[in-house]
Amino acid sequence: MISNLNLETQGQPEAAPASAPLSKPSTKNSLAPAPFPKVALIIERHGRKPARLVPILQEVQEEYRYLPPDILSYVARSLNIAPARVFGVATFYAHFAIKPKGKHLVRLCDGTACHVKDSVPILDAIRFRLGVTEAQPTTRDLLFTVETVACLGACGLAPVLVVDDQVYGAMTPEKALAVLESVREQERKEPSP
Amino acid sequence: MIGPSTESALPAIGRRRVIVCAGTGCVANGAYPVFQAFTDQIKAAGIAATTEFKAEESDQPGAPLRLNQSGCQGFCQMGPLVTILPEGILYTKVRLADVPEIVASTLVGHDIVKRLLYVDPGTKKPCQGVAEIPFYQRQQRFVLRECGTIDPASVEEYLTHGGYTAARKAITAMTPEGICREILQSGLRGRGGGGFPTGRKWEAARTQRSAKKYVICNADEGDPGAFMNRSVMEGNPHSVLEGLMIAARAIGADETLIYVRTEYPLAVARMKQAVKDAQRLGFLGTNAFGSGQTFTCEVLEGAGAFVCGEETAMIASIEGHRGMPRPKPPFPAQSGLWGKPTIINNVETLAHCVRIINEGAESFRKLGTAQSPGTKTFALTGHVANTGLIEVPFGTTLREIVIQIGGGITDRRGRIGPNNFKAVQIGGPSGGCLTADHLDLPLDYDSLRSVGAMIGSGGLVAMNQKTCMVSIARFFMDFTQRESCGKCVLCREGTRQMLTLLDDIIAGRATGETLVLLEKLAHAVQKGSLCGLGKSAPNPVLTTLRYFRAEYDAHVFHKCCPTGQCKALAKPSIDADKCKGCQACQKKCPVGAITGDRKQAHVIDPAKCTACGTCADTCKFDAVVGV
Amino acid sequence: MTTSVPTKTLNIDGLDVAINGERNLLELIRKADIELPTFCYHSDLSVYGACRLCLVEIEGRGIQSACSTPPEAGLKVRTHTEEIREIRKISIELLLANHDQQCPTCLKSNSCQLKSVARQLGVDRVRFKRVHEPEPLDYSSVALIRDPNKCILCGDCVRFCAEVQSVGAIDFAYRGHDAAVLPAFGQGLGDGECINCGQCAAVCTTGALTPRPEIDEVWRALNDPTKFVVAQVAPAVRVALGEEFGLEPGVVTSGQMVAALKRLGFERVYDTSFAADLTVLEEANEFLRRKAKNENLPQFTSCCPGWVKFAEQYFPDLLPQLSTCRSPQQMLGALCKELLPAEINRERKDIVVVSVMPCTAKKFEAKRPEFTHDGSPDVDHVLTTQELARMIIEAGLRYDKLKPESYDMPMGFKTGAGVLFGNSGGVSEAVLRYAAEKVSGETLRSPDFHAVRGEDGLRLATVEIGGQVLKLAVVHGLKNARTLADKVRRGKTDLDLIEVMACPGGCIGGAGQPVSRNADVRRLRTRGIYDVDKNLDLHKSQENHFVNEVYTRHLGEIGGKRAHKLLHTCYVPRFPVEATPPATPGVTTTP
Repeated sequence: MISNLNLETQGQPEAAPASAPLSKPSTKNSLAPAPFPKVALIIERHGRKPARLVPILQEVQEEYRYLPPDILSYVARSLNIAPARVFGVATFYAHFAIKPKGKHLVRLCDGTACHVKDSVPILDAIRFRLGVTEAQPTTRDLLFTVETVACLGACGLAPVLVVDDQVYGAMTPEKALAVLESVREQERKEPSP
Repeated sequence: MIGPSTESALPAIGRRRVIVCAGTGCVANGAYPVFQAFTDQIKAAGIAATTEFKAEESDQPGAPLRLNQSGCQGFCQMGPLVTILPEGILYTKVRLADVPEIVASTLVGHDIVKRLLYVDPGTKKPCQGVAEIPFYQRQQRFVLRECGTIDPASVEEYLTHGGYTAARKAITAMTPEGICREILQSGLRGRGGGGFPTGRKWEAARTQRSAKKYVICNADEGDPGAFMNRSVMEGNPHSVLEGLMIAARAIGADETLIYVRTEYPLAVARMKQAVKDAQRLGFLGTNAFGSGQTFTCEVLEGAGAFVCGEETAMIASIEGHRGMPRPKPPFPAQSGLWGKPTIINNVETLAHCVRIINEGAESFRKLGTAQSPGTKTFALTGHVANTGLIEVPFGTTLREIVIQIGGGITDRRGRIGPNNFKAVQIGGPSGGCLTADHLDLPLDYDSLRSVGAMIGSGGLVAMNQKTCMVSIARFFMDFTQRESCGKCVLCREGTRQMLTLLDDIIAGRATGETLVLLEKLAHAVQKGSLCGLGKSAPNPVLTTLRYFRAEYDAHVFHKCCPTGQCKALAKPSIDADKCKGCQACQKKCPVGAITGDRKQAHVIDPAKCTACGTCADTCKFDAVVGV
Repeated sequence: MTTSVPTKTLNIDGLDVAINGERNLLELIRKADIELPTFCYHSDLSVYGACRLCLVEIEGRGIQSACSTPPEAGLKVRTHTEEIREIRKISIELLLANHDQQCPTCLKSNSCQLKSVARQLGVDRVRFKRVHEPEPLDYSSVALIRDPNKCILCGDCVRFCAEVQSVGAIDFAYRGHDAAVLPAFGQGLGDGECINCGQCAAVCTTGALTPRPEIDEVWRALNDPTKFVVAQVAPAVRVALGEEFGLEPGVVTSGQMVAALKRLGFERVYDTSFAADLTVLEEANEFLRRKAKNENLPQFTSCCPGWVKFAEQYFPDLLPQLSTCRSPQQMLGALCKELLPAEINRERKDIVVVSVMPCTAKKFEAKRPEFTHDGSPDVDHVLTTQELARMIIEAGLRYDKLKPESYDMPMGFKTGAGVLFGNSGGVSEAVLRYAAEKVSGETLRSPDFHAVRGEDGLRLATVEIGGQVLKLAVVHGLKNARTLADKVRRGKTDLDLIEVMACPGGCIGGAGQPVSRNADVRRLRTRGIYDVDKNLDLHKSQENHFVNEVYTRHLGEIGGKRAHKLLHTCYVPRFPVEATPPATPGVTTTP
């Protein structure tokens, strides 16, 4: 039973009725259990409110490392909003990825402070070494994804490189490549899950 | 002169404390392992110590040593920072290996480890504490007062510093009208960039008839090169929460939200913890301070969109939509979140309100200028000796900030020199580039606007002579065109075309027409865009066109980038007066473009040169120019 | 003497203009007969503020968009300052730089707003470079073509789909210069929730969304000597086709239209209104049966294919309440393919049924698999009103010179009731004209039921027939339908019959009609429909003796077995979007 499609922003939408789409009768998914129990849980936790779309997608991405289309569809159905709107939100915010990301997230700060301290040659060197581009930021082996980020707030250490959660300050192209090499070496020795 | 920070932050009695700065800069430099090492070493040395704040212990002379982490102390360049009280010793660049020595010498033996003190590059004198360090001397820490001393995770410590007295006063002893009046009288203007009088915004929302109203704290600090709000949230989260409660009381809202940039995980965690603690103590909830009034607060994370710093875009984002601004009117104070009256205030603005309520509008007006009272935090970065987080009164000149606090401009090798200064970029992507002519301009909202820049959120990037201003304009244009929401034509297409035109200039494809078109387009985008992002996006281009026209002309008409940063237009040459004929560059040149005998001035063959810049990096005498 | 209320005025370009409840400055400026250009302003939709063309200079406030500024007394407004002219021209140049400017071959060429605004503003060059890579066209929908290279992101389509239809099949995706209007996951328009109403194309300011033409297929059939090509024309077409030839909206040109179809080579020209009369008999009887048993009420009408797909997607639980009647188009198609072979001694496969519809969803309906038998669809091709006009132009026919001709019998004969199907409220009125006599056994004094007429998107009417009180609802716009269906689902209504039309004003406002952005056009077309009804001799479907003859000779009794086989259908619940879209998100690149 799909009802109450919330497309307008006027007035705070109420939570969809508890009996909403998951238990939809007479459709092909009717007898199947919730296809993505973890996502279902996240949506429940946010009270099935369409207004919570952004935090829901954040938590879903935490779970899957990106936002696969079938999950986005599922989120849309569960919140009773149009899938096109969910897709629109997922592609609007830089934090969301609709393509799988690599195991290690390499983020180079390109805030003003880092930029004037020559972050671009570092980025070029990293991309060249890993064979990635702005359009294709992930290595074929899905080991690295290279992104730029507009300021990490560590301008005192410019230029700054962040690999996963580790911050490296005062980078040069050589130092940055050495950092990546050490990550790769670590993977060779004992691959992380 | 000592900033108020050190005076008031020092506990009245001589309790021994070790404070490790855990701001982002220091953490990146290894502050956490240093803190752990202190914990271990102090224990090993047999010193009674605690990491927890207990109010009843604080005034006892025999209390155990207190070891805690603090928020950003500002002097990021020199991290990790370790402060030892009661002496007020500041150790800089503390490494793991230094910890045993500090414990043995200073904590056990009461000696100072001289090699870890900050040395004033001007006087070459080691400075024992912040009182002697020029970086701090010129500052007036108002919102950052407790930032960097108190344990941000301890609400109890915040309370002993007068925490929540302002919120309690506002909620239990002041009327909403009274609060709005006080804020209006203080002359406080929005610290997020616009500079709109906060009191007027509140008053507009207060007089709206609506059972439901909202207050949102704008903590979506997206400006590349700014981290002031982050530091306040990480270093003193309760001050933000308290300001939010005052604002809620002032307009008659019961629900507040904090919209934090997702790239700031620690700030998110700190704010969430602060909300929990405030709930536990009954400050938030259905009976705030026993007043019978309800105040709630929720921390939301942005998802990476600069435009969400714009009020209506932020509201759209909170409502679960794409963060696209809508036209105003209606203003959020009339119809905001879920169509209800809503005010949105920046982190720093709210933190200021706490002290205004505590100490009165008059006290606030003593700092700053008549039209821009109070202080402002800046993220001072770029080619300055001392980068970091600073707070100064409005009216302070650029020279004081860049030269005195920042310690001067560095060249490409990090050397400070009087002739290195070229420009200051203030206000990030919405701001502008100022020149040496503006060094004595007293900074405030109106003076900056008069020269085409704006305070913005407070990013302040100093640039040396080797910085190409066309390329800086391009950098900001690239940023704004990526961050444009894509809604209105002028911003979406206009910023993209401005980038294309700048690319033409940088690549040597431009003609005089290009410059004319760029300027016309910039004006159209500035005047016609839907929201503040688009309206301010051309500022970096327009200010550089205004103040660095010759540099544009060099690119366009002489096909030459004077700094050599634009590779396609770099024309390296060797200054015969400076060249000593050492042949070092000849040996390094990958294409063999440099000739010249020993002790004779060398020459670069432009036909062979690829402008890679190796020679300039190699030359010890700065004889290579134009690359 | 009456006390005069001082009129509030503001000043536009030196003229004082009275404020009279206008929603915004733009409306007021246009009321003052100044044609301020816009792309993203649409009076039926929310204010968007994106095209920046309606910028004006307000004294003391600087440059503001007129569409988002409430009129206030005393404002001094200038609409064409040098600065504003420059900004407007630059805006158009910026759009044109990335716009696929194949104007001569563009389907929207004659009604393109980008083109007309560029001319209006005197934009005579484009100084900016193209920075967008060309993208493939989306041919995945049978009803519409999406050309991303022509989209200027005014968002009218997005807002119409969401705000008026509550479907949201397309939305903005990505941001900055990558921003685009896309179906979910960038898949094809035909793969998702689109209900094919085509209103996105109707409001599209350029040729980015257009009805998918079937002109070539029809020409091919007409030129194929082995085919016997039959046309059927929907009621709403006759009041709008003339617009394409310079006539006022609502002017009825059935005679020329039939003549044109004959000249194009159609062997027979039938009137879909004939099938509408049939529908009335079937649907009214179905309704009275349900009413007597008090089951599956309220009954929803089923002649609008946009609504049917909408119900299948979002209200699968209410499908038993939809009338099982096929739409008039499909009834007539089925009858043609069933009856003509014997009459003209040809095989079913040689008969080609072409319908001329005001509607794009009819293209989708005709291709539903349940309406194809032995590889031959009941309706082979669907032309929109616009397409028929184009064929007439292609054939070089001078519309105004055509000598009126008549529809072919028997399926060209209709009553006024059948024609009323062309606008919102018409189906209800036609059913009432039948049901009232059937229930009471008496002849109606006047056939008109004014209670169900009107313009509102959701109208309720209570009608007494034969001592029985019937409660009806008439809705157009699927958002209104959703509101009502939600109430029905929750058991919150005591309605008997609900008429649903997806398009504003019903079929006369369909997306296949000549393009207009004016509500007045709909009003005039509606008046045309009621005029046709008035001018016809017969007004009640039960008076259509050709319909009665079809029953006696071919169908048997109303609602009987054979009638069911040819005139009724069943519905399938649809999931809005399949869980897993194609591996490579994108669109089909070949038509």
